[in-house]
Amino acid sequence: MAIIRRSQSVSVNTISFPMMVVSYLLLLAWAFIVLFPLYWLAVTSLKTPIEVNAGPFYVPWRDFQPTLDSWHYIFVDLGEDTFRPYLNTVVVGLTSTAITVILGSMAAYGLVRMRYRVTLGAVLSFVAGLALAVGVIVAHLPWPVGLGAGFALFLLLLNTVARRSKRGVGNDDIAFWMISQRMLPPVAVVIPIYIFFQQLELLDTWGALIIAYVASHLPIVVWLMRDYFQSVPIELEESAAIDGASPYRIFRSIVLPLAVPGLVATFLFVLVFAWNEYLIALFLTSANAQTLPLTVAAQNATRGPQWWYMSVLILIMIGPVIAMAIALERFIARGLLVGAVKG
Amino acid sequence: MSGYVSTRGFRLTRSSWRSLGAGLDRYAGAVFILPAVIVILGFSIFPLLASLYVSLTRLQFAAGGVELKFVGFNNYAKLLVGIDHEHFLGLAGPLNPVSIVVLAAGYGLLGWLLYRYVRSASRTPGGLIGRLVVVLGAGVLLWLVVSTVMTSGRPGTVVVTLVYVGVDVSVQYLLGLGLALLVVQHLPGRRFFRVVFLLPMMITPVGVAYLFQMLTNTSIGPLYPLWVRLGLTDVSWVTNPWGARLAVMIGDVWQWTPFIFIILLAAIESLPHELVEAAVVDGANRWQIFWRVTFPLILPASSTVVLIRLIEGFKIVDLPNVLTNGGPGTATESLTLHAYTIWRALDIGGSAAVAYMLLIVVTFVGVSYVNLFRRRVTAMA
Repeated sequence: MAIIRRSQSVSVNTISFPMMVVSYLLLLAWAFIVLFPLYWLAVTSLKTPIEVNAGPFYVPWRDFQPTLDSWHYIFVDLGEDTFRPYLNTVVVGLTSTAITVILGSMAAYGLVRMRYRVTLGAVLSFVAGLALAVGVIVAHLPWPVGLGAGFALFLLLLNTVARRSKRGVGNDDIAFWMISQRMLPPVAVVIPIYIFFQQLELLDTWGALIIAYVASHLPIVVWLMRDYFQSVPIELEESAAIDGASPYRIFRSIVLPLAVPGLVATFLFVLVFAWNEYLIALFLTSANAQTLPLTVAAQNATRGPQWWYMSVLILIMIGPVIAMAIALERFIARGLLVGAVKG
Repeated sequence: MSGYVSTRGFRLTRSSWRSLGAGLDRYAGAVFILPAVIVILGFSIFPLLASLYVSLTRLQFAAGGVELKFVGFNNYAKLLVGIDHEHFLGLAGPLNPVSIVVLAAGYGLLGWLLYRYVRSASRTPGGLIGRLVVVLGAGVLLWLVVSTVMTSGRPGTVVVTLVYVGVDVSVQYLLGLGLALLVVQHLPGRRFFRVVFLLPMMITPVGVAYLFQMLTNTSIGPLYPLWVRLGLTDVSWVTNPWGARLAVMIGDVWQWTPFIFIILLAAIESLPHELVEAAVVDGANRWQIFWRVTFPLILPASSTVVLIRLIEGFKIVDLPNVLTNGGPGTATESLTLHAYTIWRALDIGGSAAVAYMLLIVVTFVGVSYVNLFRRRVTAMA
């Protein structure tokens, strides 16, 4: 009896002193591995090119005299060429992430709480209609014509040919299809997307980047939010439905407020992806809508990479993201990928 | 992902939705899901089909636009048997005893798995075909890796990408799991570690690449004293193929370990306390608690995170492009970088063909992983 009581009082997480020392040593070792490269960035941003190229100097004031020359160059000399990409990154990052999280959580909610049974014929009709719409738009006809024609074809096929098909796809198939879209290497689709935006005359604009980022990050949001919604208790929604609330109202007033930790964590996560994206931005933008990752890469001059400028740029790039991560830390703890636990 | 269905949710909701009646609400399902479906369809299927067509053509820039000339499977033939096959598949060296042992072991394992399935009661024609495809594909990839990496041969971009993904994901998983287990203990300062460990993930991959170029520089990097001691100051370690690949892999591990760390941390933290406490009461030690309780319970989360990293890992491009520019020669080129270099040489059709080969490999690995491993794990939980 006494033994049992003692074991119960021992918290699972109580650890012996030697274990604690070992744990701290390991944690500090990895913290050093993470932080040293960041420290090196900070130090490099305070050096002159000559000092960078002269060899490793570790400690400012002891090994070298720190200077703000690089910071001055990035903020004053480059000036507009720093602020415009920065603005682009902020606008494109926040807008695309907001849209992605909204559309993605709607789809995820539908996949969790509603039952889809789409016949294969309907799917094919839909694809055919969408193909016609895209085709018309690419052929440079006005886009309302394209959408109208596509929708008409869809309805026509749906009510004729598709009637016969019995085989269907369910929620699981839809979810797997969405997630499998992440398997597409961007390099495989970027050329047609380039031509598509060229036809729409959207190249080098915020719009093109926002649309492309929404499309490529939607699967992640669906993936994460679907599992999160599954962990939200259904009883509240049921009682609201019995009280006569519409599905939209239930989603907005009950489900979304309950899912805030998951939404915040997902938002931060997708924002990091959009903020740092390089390949799509490289193809779709040139001067006006250029984002910061391209500015970083552009510091690689013919004489070799200008590390001092790059360091400044990387630091000002991660600044806001780190601030958000620290501010939202408690959400990350609870919300980030709670769903992943479910698998 | 698809193995998991909340049947509870469906059963209950159906009855409650039915009580809602008609009107716009009837279409709520479509309203919720269609925007996402349209966006994803528009930006995956059609570009994909267009790319497929481009990969079968030779694209030339003519006056006032481009000219597409249909060439059939020429672009693919070039990669598999033609002038680019050493670049793509690599150069197989003569088999030595080690590689023969590895090959025999690998093929033995594949054969045994297939045999076990054929003998099992639950086999279906579809399942058998699927497994035959998996065994064949895995066999080909195994031969490619072994015959180019473990011999005097030279690995091509397919093999290099596979090596990156295999090594990176395993190391990231082990490190991420270890760190999550360390942070989950109630030590003072854990919140600090939690935020700090996330940092590498938040840097743009291009930035990480330049950062590691700086760190690995043998004459001006911070490890200079180490290189002096080893007498390596004059050689840039990126002139050695495996040294260069190691640099790329270290950068990737540094950047993406946080991702696995944070998901596994969330998974471990949300485990029910009672289970672990019960194990403690029963006198289990830490080692037993981990292997008998924690690890099986986080296996579904592990399988998800490994799947995400597998898929994303195949797209590696920034690190090798910046860090080593694919060199020395093509030693560090990943498939995406391969496609990109061909694209820069204005062989758009060839580039699309490489991208398609990448898509085939990713799909093969991803779908095999989901069907053979992940589904079993999630069904168990």
